[in-house]
Parts: sequence; C-alpha cells; structure tokens
Amino acid sequence: MAILRSKVDARDPSFAANAAHHRQLSADLRQLVETIARGGDERSRKRHTGRGKLLPRDRVRGLLDQGSPFLEIGQLGGHGLYDDDIPGGGIVTGIGRVSGRECVVVANDATVKGGTYYPITVRKHLRAQEVALENGLPCIYLVDSGGAFLPMQSGVFPDKDHFGRIFYNQANLSAAGIPQLAVVMGSCTAGGAYVPAMCDVAIIVRGQGTIFLGGPPLVKAATGEEVDAESLGGGEVHSRISGVTDYLAENDEHALALAREAVASSHVRYRRTVDVMESEDPAYPVDELYGVLPRDTRTPYDVREVIARLVDGSDFDEFKQLYGDTLVCGFARMFGTPVGILANNGILFSESALKGAHFIQLADRRGVPLLFLQNITGFMVGQKYENRGIAKDGAKMVTAVACARVPKFTVVIGGSFGAGNYAMCGRAYGARMLWTWPNARVSVMGGEQAAHVLATVRGDGMAARGQEWAEADRDAFMDGIREQYEHEGHPYFGSARLWDDGVIDPVDTRRVVGLALTMATRELQAEPSRFGIFRM
Amino acid sequence: MIRTLLIANRGEIACRVIRTARRMGIETVAVYSGADARAPHVRQADEAIRIGPAPATRSYLDIDAVLGAVAATGADAVHPGYGFLSENAEFADACAGAGCIFVGPSADAIRAMGSKIQAKKLVDEAGTPVVPGYLGDDQDADALAHQAEAVGFPLLIKASAGGGGKGMRLVTDATGFGAALEGARREARAAFGDDRVLLERFLTSPKHIEVQVLADTHGNTLYLFERDCSVQRRHQKVIEEAPAPTVDAALRTRMGEAAVRAARAIDYVGAGTVEFIAEAGEFYFMEMNTRLQVEHPVTEAILGLDLVEQQLRVAGGEALPFGQGDLAIRGHAIEARVYSENVRRNFLPSTGRLHRVAWPHTVRVDTGVETGAEISVHYDPMMAKVIAHGADRAAAVVALREALRETEIVGVEHNVPYLRNVLAHDRFLDGTYTTSLAEDEAAALTPRDDPLSVLAAALALVAGVRDAGPWDTADGFQTNLAREQRFTLRRGRKRLDVDVTHAGDAYHVETPEGAFEARDVVFADEHLHALVGNVRLSAAVYRIGSDVFVVKDGATERLQVRVLDASDFRAVASSGGKVTAPMPGSIAAVSVAVGDRVKAGQTLVVLEAMKMEHNIAAPGNGKVSALNVAVGERVEEGTELVVLAG
Repeated sequence: MAILRSKVDARDPSFAANAAHHRQLSADLRQLVETIARGGDERSRKRHTGRGKLLPRDRVRGLLDQGSPFLEIGQLGGHGLYDDDIPGGGIVTGIGRVSGRECVVVANDATVKGGTYYPITVRKHLRAQEVALENGLPCIYLVDSGGAFLPMQSGVFPDKDHFGRIFYNQANLSAAGIPQLAVVMGSCTAGGAYVPAMCDVAIIVRGQGTIFLGGPPLVKAATGEEVDAESLGGGEVHSRISGVTDYLAENDEHALALAREAVASSHVRYRRTVDVMESEDPAYPVDELYGVLPRDTRTPYDVREVIARLVDGSDFDEFKQLYGDTLVCGFARMFGTPVGILANNGILFSESALKGAHFIQLADRRGVPLLFLQNITGFMVGQKYENRGIAKDGAKMVTAVACARVPKFTVVIGGSFGAGNYAMCGRAYGARMLWTWPNARVSVMGGEQAAHVLATVRGDGMAARGQEWAEADRDAFMDGIREQYEHEGHPYFGSARLWDDGVIDPVDTRRVVGLALTMATRELQAEPSRFGIFRM
Repeated sequence: MIRTLLIANRGEIACRVIRTARRMGIETVAVYSGADARAPHVRQADEAIRIGPAPATRSYLDIDAVLGAVAATGADAVHPGYGFLSENAEFADACAGAGCIFVGPSADAIRAMGSKIQAKKLVDEAGTPVVPGYLGDDQDADALAHQAEAVGFPLLIKASAGGGGKGMRLVTDATGFGAALEGARREARAAFGDDRVLLERFLTSPKHIEVQVLADTHGNTLYLFERDCSVQRRHQKVIEEAPAPTVDAALRTRMGEAAVRAARAIDYVGAGTVEFIAEAGEFYFMEMNTRLQVEHPVTEAILGLDLVEQQLRVAGGEALPFGQGDLAIRGHAIEARVYSENVRRNFLPSTGRLHRVAWPHTVRVDTGVETGAEISVHYDPMMAKVIAHGADRAAAVVALREALRETEIVGVEHNVPYLRNVLAHDRFLDGTYTTSLAEDEAAALTPRDDPLSVLAAALALVAGVRDAGPWDTADGFQTNLAREQRFTLRRGRKRLDVDVTHAGDAYHVETPEGAFEARDVVFADEHLHALVGNVRLSAAVYRIGSDVFVVKDGATERLQVRVLDASDFRAVASSGGKVTAPMPGSIAAVSVAVGDRVKAGQTLVVLEAMKMEHNIAAPGNGKVSALNVAVGERVEEGTELVVLAG
C-alpha cells in the first residue's frame, strides 16, 4: 500500500479561487453541451416529433438499459466548424449498455439538416466504428438520414475515410464477430441503404422507415417511373417482399424493444484480460480537483494531487520516484482494474523520457493498460540537452508509446505542446480513447513562444531586405499569433475536429476512464464462422 | 398445578400463551397444521405435534386430532386461546373426559352463553339490563308485529339460531315490518334450517363497551373494568382501549357489577367478557364471551396483570390472589389490530408472502407472523396487535400512532395507515366515537395514494444503483449532461411516467402527481433519506422482482417498474384485408361465407398442395366481404382467395 498524501489545503484562498475558475469552465462546457444536445431548431424538432418519431437522444435512452451510463464520443464534433450550425455534427455516437452488453450506438439526428452527412458526421460515424472494433462492441445504427450532404460531396464521398468506409467497416466488423444491427427509423437513401443491408439484423419502423438506392425523384429522373416512397422501399415492402429487413416494428418504441431483444440474443461474450479487484473510492473527494488545478497552465503543481483523486483508495505504487522526477510513473487501480499511469510533473528531460520508456515496457509486459495524464510544455531544449542527446532519449519514449500493445488512454489535463504531445500518447499514437479537460491547451508550441519565433523569423527576413518593422506593428503581429494559438489551442476547437473523443469535466474523469478501461480489458470471444460456398 | 400445557391454537395467541407458560415453568406443546410447520408458535413451544392439513376444520377445529396430541404428549391442560375450539362445549367436555384440564369455564357455562336467547333470558333474570326486545316462542307474524310495537322502532329482526348477520333485518317503522320479517325468515331457513326470529331494539349509534371478568373456583368473581371496542369495521373490532373514555366511575361500578351478576348466574370460572352496547348513559347486555378476548392486553396494561397467568392459576385450582378492592386503573392503554386486508376494497382479506415484517420496539406487540410467512386463506387475517400504554389517554394515542409509524409490512395489503388515520381522527380523539365511526368517516379514514411514495421509489431507483463496476452503476451517467433517467412505474393500473434529472447533489423528479426537488439523497440498507424542500423524507424501499415496495410512516405502497419489451406491442397486422394463396394448389375446403365475422387465426380456406393441406387463416378480425374461390378450384400463387373488411 502506498497511499498518496495530499498536501493541498482546501482552506487556502488560492484553492477557492482555483475552484471557482475551474467550476466556471465546467459550467461553460455543460451549458454548451446542453445546447448541442437539443439537436436541431425547435421547428425541426416539432416536425420530427409531430410524425410520431422520437428525438435521437430519446431513442438512445429508450434503447439503453434503465440508468445505463452513456459515454458519448465526439459530443462537440462540428461545433463552429461550418457556416451552418450542425449541433453534434448531426449524429449522436457513444457507448451504452443494451440488454446487459456495452454497445456502440450511432443515431442520426434528422432534426439537423435531415440527418445528412457532413464531413464531420462521417468522421464521427467512423470513429464510433473504430471504438467498436478496438473494444469488440456490437454496433447499433439508429438510421434516419438523407445520406451525404450534397453541397459538400467532395469532402464526404470518395476518399479513404469518407462515406464508403462506413460499409467497409460494417463488413469487417461483422467478419470479426461484432454484431451489426440497424434500426431504420427514417430515410435510408442511396449509400445509406447499405447500412441496414449490410447489418446482421435489420429492423424497420412501419410508415417511417424507407430504404432505397434511389428515392422517388431520382427514379423518375432516371427511368420515368412514378412511385411513392412507401411502395418503393417502405417497411412492408422490405419485411414482406424484398427481405432487406428482418423485423417490422409498429413505432420507434417497438423498434427499440426489438433491438434490445436482438442484442440479448446476439450471445456476445468476453474473457477478462486482467484481474479485477474490489473497487474503492479515492481517499480524497474528486471535486477537490477544481481547487487543486492552478488557474494558469504555466503554474507548476504536483500531479500526484490529481492522481490521488482518480485512483482507488488513492493507492499509487510509484516507480522510480527518485529518478527523472518530471515524469511520475506508477501502478494503481481504477474501479478495481489495474492501470499504469504516466503523468507529467514538469518538462521532459532525458532521464524522464528513459524512465517513461522503461515503465511503458514494464506495463506492456505485464498486460496492464496505460493512462497518460498530459500536462507538458515539451522536451527540454538548449545546447546542453541537445548535446547530451535528448532527441534519442525522447525517441525511446515515443517508440515505447507507439509500440505498446496494451490499451492506452490519454487525458489532456493541462498543456499539450510539441513533441510532448507525441511522447505522452497524443491522438496519433493510438490511444483507445483520448479526452481533454476544459482548461487544456493543445498546440505545436505555446502561443507566446510561437509569437516570438514567428516575429523573429519575420523580423530577420525584413531586416535582410532592409525593411523597417515598427514596434507597434511587431506587437500587433505577435498579438495576432497569440490570438490564433489561443483560439486553435482551445479544447473546443480540437474537439470540434475530433482531435479527441470529448472534452470532459475533471470530476467525471475517474468514471469516464473507468468505463473505457472496463471495456478495454477483455477480449471478445468470437466464433470462427466457416461455410461452404453459397451459389446465390 | 399444571405441568404440561397444550395450546390448541396458532398465531399470536399461541405465542402469547406460550410466553406466560414458560415464565411459570410450565412445559408447552404446540399443535399445528400443514400450513404452519414453520410458524413461530411451533418453534417457541417445547414440543410440537402436527394435527392435520391446512384447512382448520381438519386441524385446529378437529377435536379428535387435538385430543390425540394431548394423549401423545401427556399434556395435563389445554388452553384453547380464542376462536377455533375456545367456545366449544363439546370440546370442553371431551377434555374433561380425557382427564385433562380445559383452561376456561365449564361446558355448561359455555352452553348457557352459546344460545343468545337463553343467555339474554338468564342475565335478565339475574338483573343485568338487556336490550328491549322479544325473545318469545310465539312466532306468529301478527303476534310478532304486535310485539314489535311494544319493543319500539327502529328494531332488528334476528335469526334465533343465527350469527354473522344472516337472517338479520333492520326495520325503521311498522309499515316495513311484514316484508322484513318474510325476508329474515327466508334467509334464516336457508342458512340455519330454522326460521325462528327474535326482535331487538336497534340503537342507532351505540358504543361497544365490554367488561372483563375473572372468577375462580373458590367463589370469587371480580370485574377487571371495561374496554371500549367501538372502532369496528365490518362488525369486527379494530381498535380497543381501556378504560373507556366516556365511562365515569359510577357507571364503571354499575357496569362491573352487572357483569359480575351475569357471570355468577352461570357459575362462571376463569376469564370472560361481558359485552354491552351503551348509549346515552344506559347499557344493555349483548353477549358473554366465555374465553380470553383478543383485546385482553389493554386490560393487562392498565392493571399490571397477566390474564393468562390468572387463567392458568385458576385452572390449577388456586384462589385469586386479590379482591375487587385491590384493583385500580393505572394510566390508559390502546390496542390496534394489524390486519392483512385491503382497506380500499372494503377490507377484503389480502393473502401472500410477507417479504418483510418489522414491528415497533417501543410498545408491546403480540404477533405470530414473521418475515417469510405466508398469509393464507385458511386463517384469520390478523397479523399482530400493537398495544401502547401511557400515563393518560393522550400519551397512549401518541405512543401507538408513533409505534405504528415504525411498522414495516411488505408483501400483503394491510391496514396500518387506516389505524393511524383513526388514531388521528377528531371523533376518536374526543372519545365520543361509536360503532358507526368507520362507516360515517370512511372517506376520511381511507388512506390515499401518497405522491411522496412515488418520489421515494424514484429516488431509491436512481440513488440506490451504485454497484461495483462503472458500467454496473445504473445512475444514468452521461458526459457533460445532467444524469437523466426515465422510467415507467405502475400503481395498480395507473401508469406513472417518472423523469429524474440529477446534477451534483440535486435531483429533480417529475411525476404525474407533481414535481419535486430533492437533495441529500442517501439510499443504503434499503432505507432512503432525502430532503424535499426542507422536509425530511424517510422511507424503506424494497425491490422484489419488478415490484418496488415503499414503506413510509407505516404505509406500504406497491409500485411496479415497467420494462418495455416487444410483446407490449400488438402483433403486426396484415396489410389490407386480402388473403392470397401462398402457393399454387387446389381448394380443398371453404370454411366461411360472405358476411361471416371471423377472428384472427380462424381458418378461411383449406388449400391442398404438395400432398399437404394448408389452412389459410384470417390475418386479423373482420368480416368476409368477398369469397373468390370454390371447392375444387385450382389457384396460382398470389390468387386472391378471400377479402376481409375491418
């Protein structure tokens, strides 16, 4: 037992000031998400419910088990990304429990541009499928979409990670023994028709769901045939004649009940890959995190104060505590599941990088998943450090992170700048899931540094051309850079682009990581399926 | 001196007798039916004998079986409790015949009081007032009508052989007498094979007051004061108290002495009760119960006596250790009978398994049921008696009400909230209540659905879900949004859609019966505590299968959690009303004609194809509007056979 002892004094005035600051950030986040969760505007929502259809989030709640957690993926996706306001990217994606099994749920929001796919919509859909693949989770698609958003077809249609990849993934997920289930609750046009068509089981709502490669207007244009949507590809047609769907539901609620039964009979089962102990709350209140975090990312603090509020019993077996102490490494448990934690406690030096590489290898050898808590301005720079080869020491840590086979998770709890982002398992390093705190900043370097670097480069260039650069102009230039970095480094900016899986409230971190860890520390027991050739 | 006592009873009274016998160093023998093998009274006795199957007629009422148990155990005395064989003269005789003491009066005394008419005549002669009436043998209709005028209206016509209200008629004036007499006779003949009747003045709103008497074999007969048992529903006592709040010292003496005269008239021995009805300072003999009464504990409480001990001592031949002058009332006692019954369905008995029972610890509770017991149709639905004793009446009322509040009964319907309502009612509190209280005040006394119970259930369902794994904790967690949970509860047939949003410490609960803000919500060990506004909400919440039982202030509400499944939706009906041939073949039979009404699944046509007969069934209910085929006709796949109209 190595129980972390907090040195934070909750009566300290700075604690209260910190808490107020971070609570405000969380409140701001929650307010934004509340707006996003409403989906389309009131008129669209009224029209939607007026047809007897449930709103997408109500569909998700109706699908999930009573009280099941719902771990949303890409909640801020699309926020401020386009001229159009498309809350949530017009799609709700996440993980929730259905009939006792964790499932990935993908629900189109027809109240947002008819549920059509913008580029970010496609990315959210693909990311959800990636999470399903990595964790072996059944997929349930609640389809209600007009297909690709035609004005932006070039950003949606042909590339590798565009619309077509959805069906490619469905085929390969199904092949991997991961159930694919569609509930057609609205339109399913053109490429969208392949969502139900490529599922293991498809359910359709009578009078609401339609599936066709070409809708009535296209049919008329192509062949002159005049046909209504219901006769072309409604629930009756596909359940009785074409056989594209397997179950015909009376309404949304009925369809969701059928989907719950389909999951119940899917016989998905897993084998645990770690030993799970009894869960224990941290010894310190989780909401003290608000007071622990400094208001300014540049103010140093002991990251063990964060760890003490995340792990079971605040029990942390710290590795190499006396060596390379700007990187804190150690073993702990969250909800009883073992986890190896790497957390920044200052700039990365050669020793910290070596220690990190060693620790990652240790955890990987033991089959213990990794959790990275990023708060890093980068690797140490300067002649002394370059000459001692910090680049190759940093490379060792990056190599270890890149090659580790155990599940990795990352939470950006402060700054995430430069190569530090990579060494601490940034998005490019295959973290199974990555989240960002509202106080975080992510950019290639700090705004201040960037402003100075760019001003120096530009000033040197101007000087070489013999041009004068007035002090005021230089200041304005630097302010512009600072502003750009602040804007682009803000967690909402990155999250809108799916650089992470979501911005999360610090107090939810333990639960969120716990949900993800539970799913990651087991293996799907898939049946090998071999058949003779069916001549079709 | 009695050495081994057999208790020919079950339930709370068997337990209560065993308790005293043990204290006196007497060995105890329990008898039990097949339904009671695991009942507390069986466990508490030194010996236990199974005397038959569940129905009382073949066990607790079977004299031979009981005497068999006496013989087998060598018991030298039998305590009959109340009910069952306690007022059975034949049984008392049989005990004597078997050389065993019957703890009670002589068989003759039982017989004397067993006949209502004989009893009234007897006590009337002894100088105890009886209700004005006619008990004569002249059953001629005109003679009875003449007697009715003398008795006065309103009056009751009762079957002489009767009981249980059969053959009873209330007559308010002379004009209705003839018809009422006819009806009463008809009913009496059918029920008892005896159509003789008696007439009795009807008191419109009397009190039921009874006097406890105690007599030994040495000539001492004492009165142990009175009990007011006027709180009755369906002619059964619900709440009893001693002393009676409207009886003063003078009346107390008059009633006591009248009761002693009645007892002496039949050479009564042991504990007995003389029941009176009283109105406007007058009282009239009704009947004498020649046994221990259910409500004897209130008398015990105010006198500091153990009546069962006195019964056993008297039965053993001892003289009473005190005289009338030694008896003094101390304080006030009230008893509430907890029944397994559905108050809102006219007190219909309720049966089922008791998932949980917890009785208060602050007062005396006589009970014979415990957690896990089955309340069956075979026996009395009374589960317990809760008895509070206080320095004065007000203190006793408060103590009883509070004690009932601590009661937890889960698994059957029960009357605890009803009892608490009675104890809070003005007419009870001022002591003026009469036997018509339950009927007069039914609306005020009947418990209402409590919206807070739905709130408590919702909070328990939401707050009580912490489990080991982060996924197992079904708290509706979602990132950056208030935890929102929706579920459908049912209270009987009423559907209650509940929506709970939870952010931080605060819960917002919307139910069809109101919206609530709750905080400080703790649900542990099946007990919920929360602050609703500034009011503390405390309740026990038990989840048993899909049932959620909320026990709050003694009341139990049963709610059900409804989980939607596919079977909740109607089967998908056929498109249109056209029934077509599923394959080519020939028509082997036509089972309907145009205009026929058909039900879903009913065979319309039989098609023969591939050497098999295929029944073509109606896809839904409807009327045959067209029949397009005849027997022998060949059809192709898709041929329209029958058209149904909705």
